[in-house]
Amino acid sequence: MSATTAPAWVRARRDPSWIVKLFDWKPFLVFACLLPAVGLLTVFLTYPLGLGIWLSFTDTTIGRSGVWVGLENFEYLLEDKLWWNAVFYSVFYTGIATFGKFALGLWLALLLNNHLPFKSLLRAIILLPWIVPTVLSAIAFWWIYDPQFSIISYVAIKTGLTSENIDFINTPWHARFSLIAANIWRGIPFVAISLLAGLQTISPSLYEAALLDGSTAWQRFRYITFPMLLPILAIVMTFSIIFTFTDFQLVYAITRGGPVNSTHLLATLAFQRGIAGGQLGEGAAIAVSMIPFLVAATLFSYFALARRKWQQGEGND
Amino acid sequence: MATVGINNVRKAFGATQILHGVSVDIADGEFVVLVGPSGCGKSTLLRMLAGLENITAGEISISGRVVNNVAPKDRDIAMVFQNYALYPHMTVRDNMAFSMMLAGAPKEVIDAEVAKAAGILGLGELLHRFPRQLSGGQRQRVAMGRAIVRQPQVFLFDEPLSNLDAKLRVQMRAEIKELHQRLKVTTVYVTHDQIEAMTMADKIVVMNGGNIEQIGAPLELYDRPANVFVAGFIGSPAMNLLKGRAAQGGFETEGGAVLPMPAGVPGEPGVYGIRPEHILLQPEGGIPAVVVLVEPTGSETQVLVRIGDSTLTCAFRERITARPGDVLGIMPDLALVHLFDAGSGRRLAA
Repeated sequence: MSATTAPAWVRARRDPSWIVKLFDWKPFLVFACLLPAVGLLTVFLTYPLGLGIWLSFTDTTIGRSGVWVGLENFEYLLEDKLWWNAVFYSVFYTGIATFGKFALGLWLALLLNNHLPFKSLLRAIILLPWIVPTVLSAIAFWWIYDPQFSIISYVAIKTGLTSENIDFINTPWHARFSLIAANIWRGIPFVAISLLAGLQTISPSLYEAALLDGSTAWQRFRYITFPMLLPILAIVMTFSIIFTFTDFQLVYAITRGGPVNSTHLLATLAFQRGIAGGQLGEGAAIAVSMIPFLVAATLFSYFALARRKWQQGEGND
Repeated sequence: MATVGINNVRKAFGATQILHGVSVDIADGEFVVLVGPSGCGKSTLLRMLAGLENITAGEISISGRVVNNVAPKDRDIAMVFQNYALYPHMTVRDNMAFSMMLAGAPKEVIDAEVAKAAGILGLGELLHRFPRQLSGGQRQRVAMGRAIVRQPQVFLFDEPLSNLDAKLRVQMRAEIKELHQRLKVTTVYVTHDQIEAMTMADKIVVMNGGNIEQIGAPLELYDRPANVFVAGFIGSPAMNLLKGRAAQGGFETEGGAVLPMPAGVPGEPGVYGIRPEHILLQPEGGIPAVVVLVEPTGSETQVLVRIGDSTLTCAFRERITARPGDVLGIMPDLALVHLFDAGSGRRLAA
């Protein structure tokens, strides 16, 4: 038997090219990876925010670059009844709408967490109000709330509930609540689907254990579902509060802040003053005045979200 | 404490039959292990006992009371789940106290009961920890503590040790057994591990495919398995089961080996069973067997041998120095040979 030996072969060691070396150099790699994100944030977030804050300290109007006026815009706002109205309605709007969204959203999530026929189809339908463009649904609500052609009025009259058309958006308090209802309708899917995701992370065996421990349905909700849902509830609530507080589209499309400025949110008031009214400095000041409220909401989330002791993570005792 | 009666119980999920009518009687204070391969219906039976699954047909009674339509919380049972199902947001104390808290017991009573259970299980130091801060064995103990606090009539265990490592499993096995001896509460324990079943049970129920194959004391199952399934399932290493037929001079396997057969066995044996530990070394006049594999475990040596085309596992207490390819003389212990019917797989008793 003649054995032929394989020719000796040594893996060639080639020097990597300069570009490979460059990408192997960690500082460069970090810089290269961060660049797109930092660039986008700078152009679309930092610059507009900075400009807005700068403008709020000037008396710029459309067509005339302003001069630095310090806190004058803000001093003026403090004496402006419309601004105080908008602050009141923004807080009121956010408070009532958030409460409504969470009460109904949690209820819906609990329902959807059961075994239902056509479960995935139902879940998709639930999401509809959220995926429809806001302005589109606002226009739909505009029609629903129309003084003459409102479908609700029509049904109410036909069924004999009232004898005349309901006034939805032509008196201040009616308009305020009508807008809140529209916002709740739009906000429920986000809350419901997020909470549903949270509910599904709760192990069914916990409910079985609680069942054997002798709990009633309410006790299972109170002692198991709710505490285990709390972390995600806090996150979703923070987001929801921020979205609602800064809402613009619904109000602007349905009432434009009317009647008699009763439904202005800070965002719509800022737009009206700054763009429609041309007082860019003052509008910017109104927009900037939202920042403390948003910081407060974020702080709330920071503390409410702070890792609960029982959750996975650092710290053992 | 209580007796448990399971009478011709059936379970179907839609058209799929899971349990085909099983009956077990459990005496007061007995430790019964339901054992069988995955999907045999043992966990379903336990969950039906707990009230977590409906009973399709048949009757389950606890202390003589039929509980088919009794809510889980009114059955006076406690269950330890495979994943322990501890409430992650409650401390060890609150986990154990939960059922009493729901029942509205005064705080002093709860504290006393929890302290008692914690004492039994050695959890005293851990009462203020959260489940995530505990090791697997400690979580297991808390789950048992939660069951003990309730002072149930029946304990149910659903594969409680399967999430633990091998060493801890042996330790917890002993603890559960000891606990049972101390509390003397009727216990139903589900496992797929036949060693757990053998070591813990007063009575083993072997299940397969939704049917009960055999009910009996551990050694009874080991000594007199009712059929081929039980013979192969109970015992480790598993019994050698060789197909073949009775022939001149013994039992001729399909592989062509001829093994000695006890005389006077009625019927037509189709399967020849011999446990590895019941095969003896017999250098003089033994059956020549070719060594395929030698696995020393220290206390014994497992040797895989081939006779003709049939392979057998042997377990010798002697130290074997044989190497693969060597020939050993072996002999099955005639008194401990099991023969099974060709068609039904049932034991043919001499």
